[in-house]
Amino acid sequence: MAKVKSEHKLRGGIDKKPNLILTIIGALVVMLFFGFPYLLMFITSLKTRLEVTKIPPDYFPAEPRWQNYLDVWTSEVNPASSLLATSVIAFGATILVLIVATPAAYYIARFRFPGRLVFLLLVLCTQMLQPTVLAVGLFQEFKGWQGYAVWGALILINAAFNLSFAIWIMQAFFASVPKEVDEAALIDGLGRLQTMFRISLPLVWPGIVTAIVFVFVNSWNEFAAALILVRDNSLQPLTVSMPRFLGLYVQDWQYLFTVALVAIVPVAILFGIIEKRLIGGLTAGSVK
Amino acid sequence: MSLTATPQMVNQTKKRKISGGWETLRALPWLLPTLILIVGVVLYPAGLMIYTSFFKYNRFGIGGTENVGLDNYFGPAGALTFPGVPISRILLNTVVWVVIVVIVTVILSLALAQFLNKPFRGRKFIRLFIILPWACSVVMTATVFRYGLEQNVGLFNRLMVDTGILESAKAWTKDPTSAFWVAVFVAIYVSLPFTTYTILAGLQAVPGDVLEAAHVDGANSPQRYWHIVLPLLRPAVATAALINIINVFNSLPILRILQDTPGYHSGHITTTLMFEYQSNLGPGVSSALSVLNFMFCLVIIAIYLIIVKPTKEVA
Repeated sequence: MAKVKSEHKLRGGIDKKPNLILTIIGALVVMLFFGFPYLLMFITSLKTRLEVTKIPPDYFPAEPRWQNYLDVWTSEVNPASSLLATSVIAFGATILVLIVATPAAYYIARFRFPGRLVFLLLVLCTQMLQPTVLAVGLFQEFKGWQGYAVWGALILINAAFNLSFAIWIMQAFFASVPKEVDEAALIDGLGRLQTMFRISLPLVWPGIVTAIVFVFVNSWNEFAAALILVRDNSLQPLTVSMPRFLGLYVQDWQYLFTVALVAIVPVAILFGIIEKRLIGGLTAGSVK
Repeated sequence: MSLTATPQMVNQTKKRKISGGWETLRALPWLLPTLILIVGVVLYPAGLMIYTSFFKYNRFGIGGTENVGLDNYFGPAGALTFPGVPISRILLNTVVWVVIVVIVTVILSLALAQFLNKPFRGRKFIRLFIILPWACSVVMTATVFRYGLEQNVGLFNRLMVDTGILESAKAWTKDPTSAFWVAVFVAIYVSLPFTTYTILAGLQAVPGDVLEAAHVDGANSPQRYWHIVLPLLRPAVATAALINIINVFNSLPILRILQDTPGYHSGHITTTLMFEYQSNLGPGVSSALSVLNFMFCLVIIAIYLIIVKPTKEVA
């Protein structure tokens, strides 16, 4: 026994510091591996049209062309209208999810009632489903929604398919607020709804922020439903309209990636903010 | 407040037990918006899709009056029997696609999570890099790979030629088979963040003192990983794998963007074939294939609910 113990000490215990050089190499490899496509995007967005179609290509532009970030908005594809479409859909879906998910999350966190498990299962199943697999059904349901109504259809679709994440994450936060806090408010004469809004909501804001960001980013990036539903070019969101930069004769990769970066940077930052809390909502507490 | 139960209170608890239906009814206003959205935008289109799959439509979506039974599935121009569609190859592709992508993703994520679980400075910063492919639209990530792998103007091609990996630039996306494998790579790439994060969360549950005890007993680090860490990670891995199966199976943009060949080529999976059917043959045939895809998803969801039991904590 004593021998084992001394051996344990000899090896310096289990919590020895990781090898510095290996760690640095590992960190660099990880950064490079997860950064290189977006680096290529950035480099390409600063090239001229001649440079992006040059054979063979140069690694870097002769001179970074920041002008692309201004010129792109007046190009034929008109990405501003797509950006508007994407924004309307993403904001709309996020607001709708908040309105719909908050009371449900609050109630299932606070009360046990017959049918609760069925409701939870229903929510879970939706979380596993995606618009892609139901795209044809969604097409049949919403094909009559033309003009701006198609944005409404996409708001409904994005909200419905992201609802479950919001319910899971928010109910976990609501459940962490002691019931006594609510009860005190109820005794003081507040109604249930008022208690939820005025007492519980301010306490669970991290959960709300997580839900907001997740729904927003997912709706911002949605592709399948938009592809199948939006016919009119001027109403297409970014994910669907971007290939139009690649015409038969002119391939404006530099503009495509300029727009892509404009669309990526804000959501990547938002995602980074909620990074820690993502898993709790996605795996519904099955990992912890 | 007195602690003794008044008759009124007893009466109330009794009432509560009897009228479970009333309690469900009281919950309804809070849950109704969610139910409406789920029923209206998930269950209803699912039903509509199944219904549509038994009717004849043209490619513009007009029709729906003639019931053709299972013709959309196995008929002379059905989803699984359409002339010119290499259906057995596509089914094989689908299996390869899901199995390879999920297995490689899980293995790489186990290694990545292990690395990120080590205490070192700047770990948080590195984690933000890993999140990039998750936050960015898959459409845009796949597009940049398509550009980088372009035969003439692609920088990844040039890089591979310059470093001697390739002899000459290759038109990766023009050939269905090579495009398929590029898509496999990209699918793994975009699946890594979620999987790594799930496994990282699972690693938090591995108690340090158990590892310490194993260390004292003379277990070396691979032994500790294999016999202690990995078994404890099982729920995390199962969760990540099953969610990934659904996501990868439903992944449309990656293959769609990286496959430069039009039509019914041999690089499809059932999901991309479904969209090809939708634009060429209309909702009848494509909904038939969708129903089959949908059934596959339901099986995976059932397995998820049985194995992972995600409701046990909140129920």
